[in-house]
Amino acid sequence: MKQEQTNHNYAIEMKNLTKKFGNFVANDRISMKIKSGEIHGLLGENGAGKTTLMNMLSGILKPSSGQILVNGKEVHLNSAKDATNLGIGMVHQHFMLVQNFTVLENIMLGIENTSFFGILNRQEAKQKVVNLSKKYGLKLDLNAKIEDVSVGMQQRVEIIKVLYRNADILIFDEPTAVLTPQEVDELLETLKLLASEGKAIILISHKLKELKAVANKTTIIRRGKVINTVDMANTSPEVLAEMMVGRKINFQRERKSVKTGKEVLKITNLKVINEQKIVKVHDFNLTIHAGEIVGLAGIDGNGQSELVKSLTGLKPIESGKVLINDKDLTGASPRKITHNGVGHIPEDRQRFGLILQMNLVENASLQVYNQPPYSHGLFLEPKAMVKMTKEILSDYDVRYSDLSENVGALSGGNQQKLIIARELSRNPSLLIAVNPTRGLDVGAVEFIHSQILKAREMGNAILLISYELEEVQQLSDRIAVIHEGTIVGQAKNEDLTESEIGLLMAGEKLENKEEIIHAH
Amino acid sequence: MRIKKVRLGGISVPLISIFLGLVVGAIIMLLSGFNPLINYLNLFSGALGTPNAIGEVFRSATPLILTALGFSIANSAGFFNVGLSGQALAGWLASVWFALSFPHLPGFILLPGSIIMGALAGAFWSGIAGFLRAYFGTSEVITTIMLNYISLYGTNAIVKGVLTSSDADSTPLVPIQARLRTPFLEKLTGNSTFHWGIVISLFMVFVIWWLMKKTTLGFEIRSVGMNEDAARYAGMSTKKTIISAMLLSGALAGLGGAMEGLGNFQNIFVNTSLPDIGFDGMSVSLLATGNPIGIIFSALLFGILKIGGLNISISSNTPSEIVNIVIASVIFFVGANYIIQYLISKIKTNHNSSKLISNSIKGGHK
Amino acid sequence: MDLMTILSTVVSTTLIYSAPLIFTSIGGSFSEHSGIVNVGLEGIMVIGAFSSIVFSLFMSKTFGWMTPWIGLFVGGIIGTLFSLIHAVATINWRTDHIISGTVLNLMAPALGIYLTKLIFDGKGQTGFISQPLASSKIPVLSKIPIIGKIFFENTSIVAYIGILVSIFSWWLLKYTRFGLRLRSAGEHPEAADSVGISVYFYRYCGVLISGFLGGIGGAIMAESITLNFSGTTIAGQGFMSLAAMIFGKWNPIGAMGAAAFFGFAQSLAIIGKYIPIIDKIPNYWFTIAPYLITIIVLVAFVGKSQAPAADGSTFIKSK
Repeated sequence: MKQEQTNHNYAIEMKNLTKKFGNFVANDRISMKIKSGEIHGLLGENGAGKTTLMNMLSGILKPSSGQILVNGKEVHLNSAKDATNLGIGMVHQHFMLVQNFTVLENIMLGIENTSFFGILNRQEAKQKVVNLSKKYGLKLDLNAKIEDVSVGMQQRVEIIKVLYRNADILIFDEPTAVLTPQEVDELLETLKLLASEGKAIILISHKLKELKAVANKTTIIRRGKVINTVDMANTSPEVLAEMMVGRKINFQRERKSVKTGKEVLKITNLKVINEQKIVKVHDFNLTIHAGEIVGLAGIDGNGQSELVKSLTGLKPIESGKVLINDKDLTGASPRKITHNGVGHIPEDRQRFGLILQMNLVENASLQVYNQPPYSHGLFLEPKAMVKMTKEILSDYDVRYSDLSENVGALSGGNQQKLIIARELSRNPSLLIAVNPTRGLDVGAVEFIHSQILKAREMGNAILLISYELEEVQQLSDRIAVIHEGTIVGQAKNEDLTESEIGLLMAGEKLENKEEIIHAH
Repeated sequence: MRIKKVRLGGISVPLISIFLGLVVGAIIMLLSGFNPLINYLNLFSGALGTPNAIGEVFRSATPLILTALGFSIANSAGFFNVGLSGQALAGWLASVWFALSFPHLPGFILLPGSIIMGALAGAFWSGIAGFLRAYFGTSEVITTIMLNYISLYGTNAIVKGVLTSSDADSTPLVPIQARLRTPFLEKLTGNSTFHWGIVISLFMVFVIWWLMKKTTLGFEIRSVGMNEDAARYAGMSTKKTIISAMLLSGALAGLGGAMEGLGNFQNIFVNTSLPDIGFDGMSVSLLATGNPIGIIFSALLFGILKIGGLNISISSNTPSEIVNIVIASVIFFVGANYIIQYLISKIKTNHNSSKLISNSIKGGHK
Repeated sequence: MDLMTILSTVVSTTLIYSAPLIFTSIGGSFSEHSGIVNVGLEGIMVIGAFSSIVFSLFMSKTFGWMTPWIGLFVGGIIGTLFSLIHAVATINWRTDHIISGTVLNLMAPALGIYLTKLIFDGKGQTGFISQPLASSKIPVLSKIPIIGKIFFENTSIVAYIGILVSIFSWWLLKYTRFGLRLRSAGEHPEAADSVGISVYFYRYCGVLISGFLGGIGGAIMAESITLNFSGTTIAGQGFMSLAAMIFGKWNPIGAMGAAAFFGFAQSLAIIGKYIPIIDKIPNYWFTIAPYLITIIVLVAFVGKSQAPAADGSTFIKSK
């Protein structure tokens, strides 16, 4: 076992790497080693310390203690530049791209080719990029601005950016989160190709399937500590999951059979345009019944945000009709829609759902502060607000230390639970939930899913919009797929396979499948 | 525990900022060959030494309380009202104009009427910026600055062309029954310009405190200011809220101007630059971190500095502008509160760790 | 006055009044492209005006005709030093950009008048300079028939330099490594940091350039228009420059164009009384016009601003 002396075999090695933020230990004596030509998975829940670890490898954070060895030699990374010079490159989860720069400018930024006096030499850079993109089959539109290209291409830009800097050690941080199943397959192929070229690859993911598909080995970390490093060839996904969470988990959601009732939501021929007058939602038709969860699958940016905003009154409707409980609420104000029995778990909880600098009581009262008993006319009734807050927080298991603490001090999971408590405690006949579990740990995910299922059993209609296909499949009675602002197919959950949904998400039509109702 | 800490920070940053601002002023005085200690002593004795001086301090704090409240209410709605000077000037003009137009009205109508006209004019002036921001998304920082200058030159044109018969530079005094200064107060404070406006200011402090804490409108203003998206999500009308906050803000600034018109000067004249009460009010509010009660103390401090500053230049050659340098420095440090809090926490932890070290007799730690 | 004289007077006064705005607004666009909002341009101009006048009063005997030109440079250097306050506060000490800018605006006149009283025996304003930045003709170009007389005779050379500076600045921001990096700091500082660019360095560059150009702008104002320094030497020109920058959509050439337009509006207040028809309009309308036009232009043509994405943000480098 003790053969670590011959460590020059390893492209990169971490020894007892520790990172503390004040008293909080984000990474506790983490050791990992990766060979050239190997794809090494890094598995852990949100908040387990994966990103902190990788930020140390890419020179963004400095370790509190421990060593990093590159090709057997100890190195000290003081900046992103040091990491780049040592051949370490990172593809960030949130793309590090300047929106109004061109693809080429983004790639060359930081190591620009220049002629005299620092004048940019775009031609020289272009040649090098074209060669790389041919070599790895990564298609790019070099003169397009980032804001105009697809998410898939943005990711290819990030990869080329790293290769352009001659990286031999590539770190991918949750690279598949924003891709369609087919794009995921392409990316995984690219990873294999890179590995076969002799690159060492670290793949951070919480998706077991992907790790299983490409990784040679995987290191599992939990609460900043390494739990184990395993060979992927002989480890089952269940074992991996258990190591990740620390207990047995159930990925199957139990959906009791519920008799669906009357139509709660009926959308006909909805059309929504954005500020730039571009059509984001068109010919959109959808009906949801009481006691039914309809999952809307689709890639981020296909009109989901605009759809939700128009349904909840945050965005004007160009044409079409929205009926809720047979009442025409097309283009009504957010308040009117709320008062007609709609609950909304918004896409971005910190931006829309909560006011982080306000306390728990104020946030819990956001939707009801203007009606009795919480206020009379102009006068607020703080006592009633506090009483209600206490009740719903305990009903929905929100952990807090003091009602007067700012919501910003709560963990992400508790913030989301607060929103769910606020929205579900009003017992809405229609719940619109957008990415309700994004960025949460497994425990919180289970809790929130069970609450959504409970709402369904109580006969509420639920529109679930999620970029996580797995979540849509776990919860939905019916799945509709949105592509470029319209539904391109919908069917009962059981009647659709993952790859079929993937094709629909990418805008392909499915032939010879009679269960699927095409929009046109 | 946590909350206590935040509150403590709330007072300690302004106090440290005032101290550091005075230090900067002292350094500048030393460099220019003046004795800062004597100057500061003269400053405080000049501001607090006689009933007259104290009266002047309160008089000078009166409009500052109002403009500061105006800044803070707009700021709560996320709106940076740099146009307080112009709004105050509009209020000053309107109050004097009204009082001069109806010289025969009885005092119980004319005085409140003039004050209300001042508030309305201020509200109208800031309402323009609020409206443009709400409906066109135009940056209020730019529009209020531009409105300041329009107010300045417009007011001057009205003073010369409408309110005076022969192109004079100042109007006659407002009718006696419209004045806030009374013989009683003058007698009380050794003939100072102290006037009843202070009562209005303190009353407005209470009103604004109550509005922000206890009403749905206050809740909406704070929500919109902290997170406009979430406020919209919660069904609040951000347009309505922004405009309400801006109208209130301008009304308060206009009241501040009316205090000058009916109290301090009792007339209006051609101004060469924007009245100080605008930017000073903003500084007062920043120093008080927007807290209505804090604004009272902060405004009094500014009154002391302003009135005492005059005494500096009487009793030595030191230019009275040193006071404005001190004020600017104080606001600089209030703005840089991050670095102050950082240093406080650093000193605390160093203190703690040095205790630990001495307890465990462990050397070599820095 | 005949048409020719009117035209050449309009052009030359426009240029004289726009020159301070041109330099300052270009400075503003550097600062904002690096991600730092600078409402302190007004204060920077005050300091530039003050230092150039003091320099001119003391050194004009030594430097003769070169005095105003060196004075511009002095104004620029002192403006740069003064803007350092804004840079440290916003970049290192996380101060709100507008508060810090306001501090510059409060500090500059206080400091300027304090020092004026100190230097000139308690007087609140300086004497007049003997070597102003005078109008002159541009050789060769002024020989061109008609155009030469209107544009290049008896004209403001600094304004033309300002136009050249705006073109150079546009080129610098767009076609050089420096420009690309500076803009990346203002658009997406985290991305810039992730590829090893020092966001702090480029933000300092942006603010200090705005200090240099703003200082020059203030110096031009004092040396060519007011000819002395007092509390009212700079009366809103810094804010006008800020508006010009926004009107010009953060593009140095656009800012220059907007500044020229504002200069034109200001010049009407001066020469309006000599122009038929216009001379019937009361003068205060011309005084108010630039500010009124700015608001109208902002509402009608700019609307929601297109500032650099991370403009006004604080970048905190993780450690």
